[in-house]
Amino acid sequence: MTALRRLFFFIVGLFLALPLIVVAGVSINARQTLAFPPQGFSLSWYGQIFTNPEWRNALVASLTLAASSALLALLIALPLAWFLWRRIAPWANIFQLLGVAPFTLPPVITALGLLTFWATTGFYGQSWTAVISHGIFFVTLPLVTLSLAFSAIDRSLVEAAATMGADDRKIFRTVVLPLILPYLVSGYAFAFVLSLNEYIVAYMTVGFTMETLPIKIFNALRYGYTPTMAAVTVLFLVIAAVVFGLVARFGDLPKLLGAMSHER
Amino acid sequence: MRREPPQRLADYGPLFFPAGMLIVFFVVPFATMIAVSVFQREQGGFYTPAFVFDNYARFLSLFFGKVLGFSLFLAIAVAAACVVIGIPFTYLLSRSPRRIQIVWLVALLSILSLSEVMIGFAWSTLFSRTAGITNLLVWLGLMAQAQALTPSFGAVMTAMTYQAFPYTVLVLYPALVRLDPTLTEAARTLGASPVKAFFTVVVPALRNTILATLIMVFIFALGSYLLPQLLGRPQHWTLSVLITDQAIYQSNMPFAAAMAVFLVLVSLGLVGLALYAGQQRQAK
Repeated sequence: MTALRRLFFFIVGLFLALPLIVVAGVSINARQTLAFPPQGFSLSWYGQIFTNPEWRNALVASLTLAASSALLALLIALPLAWFLWRRIAPWANIFQLLGVAPFTLPPVITALGLLTFWATTGFYGQSWTAVISHGIFFVTLPLVTLSLAFSAIDRSLVEAAATMGADDRKIFRTVVLPLILPYLVSGYAFAFVLSLNEYIVAYMTVGFTMETLPIKIFNALRYGYTPTMAAVTVLFLVIAAVVFGLVARFGDLPKLLGAMSHER
Repeated sequence: MRREPPQRLADYGPLFFPAGMLIVFFVVPFATMIAVSVFQREQGGFYTPAFVFDNYARFLSLFFGKVLGFSLFLAIAVAAACVVIGIPFTYLLSRSPRRIQIVWLVALLSILSLSEVMIGFAWSTLFSRTAGITNLLVWLGLMAQAQALTPSFGAVMTAMTYQAFPYTVLVLYPALVRLDPTLTEAARTLGASPVKAFFTVVVPALRNTILATLIMVFIFALGSYLLPQLLGRPQHWTLSVLITDQAIYQSNMPFAAAMAVFLVLVSLGLVGLALYAGQQRQAK
């Protein structure tokens, strides 16, 4: 059984890793050829991401968009999750539902809705519209992690603080915030990584005025192949692995993903 | 401090910003899209307010029927493939040591978050003539000459399964972790082999979870828009691709919006079904 399990895990792992191994391989080709196994060795394509102005601009645009839209998602999710935890207001759950909706529906729907909206209001193409669009699109992630965080808070702690005379503000700062901080950070991390990689919403809202890295790769694919796109893919994969690795290191990843048990 | 209903207006304070943002930038865009779906299209990519169902009437064409049929077929095939591989995988994963679980979860999350553009690019490389997997087969002597495997249905299907697989595992994971281990232990004690215990105890106990997961992955696969474009032929385009194409390249916003509204209705109906299946699970 153990051998069978290992074999099964190995096959699934191979399936998941194979395209990435090939991409990592072609990213170190010495010349601009799509060849595997790589011919020669060069890290210059990774350098291109930072030295070539076009790729660098796309990288900066992507990082700025991801950092600011994840922050916006957090700013929307935090007060909402807090309110739902603090107050009895069943009707307010509708906002929870609205927050989860963009993530559940096919992304092209949210993208098209935002495209018609920005076109109608006349702001189409402005770079800040992408921040709002991504902020709304990814609000689900901090909302889910924070709802989990609040539901895990022991209410007797809060009650004790209230009995001692602390008001909402003080309780939030001294009791709630330290308890939810890991979830706050992981919610931000999830939204950041996904925004970094997101294509269709960014493309439909600012695709003609601003290039994020996914948009840049897609546009570059049309004109043929350059190893820089392979290098970017590897870079993004490493960023995601590092971020989620950190979340797992400092938080409880199985619990975040919905598993209850701690002891396993 | 107990939970209490909001009493003063100030109690609603924290809700203002989130509610405002979600209404202005999600509900209103959604309503705008529905409105545009009944607008009249003008030449040159413009449209004027109207109340016509022309855009919906186009659904009745043979072309649209084919695209819709193919989209549904592809999404079902991908969902089935993912769930069939995903259930035994997630089951074994949930029974693995915690450290191994975490390594896999990090890997799955990283792949799940990988841009569809990059997944498409990675598979087109793996399926290419010069750097692709066929070179390996040639080297092993199984094939005479390296060849490109794209564009093809198989390529679209493989890449979409690849994209949806991590999602499937993460949807299944909570339910399988919570699955009572004594169930299978009892079956083992009574003499069932591990495989038999899996099929006779685990799978039936998870029937509703499996149904809900199938639907969730189906919707996820329905949303794929780049892989059919990058790896398939035009006949492999899905509804999502068609919506993008109409909105951006054909500048026919009303028709794109009508198709999107249709897609929403299909998805919402299915989400309702998935939630219902999930509730049945809870009730048990």
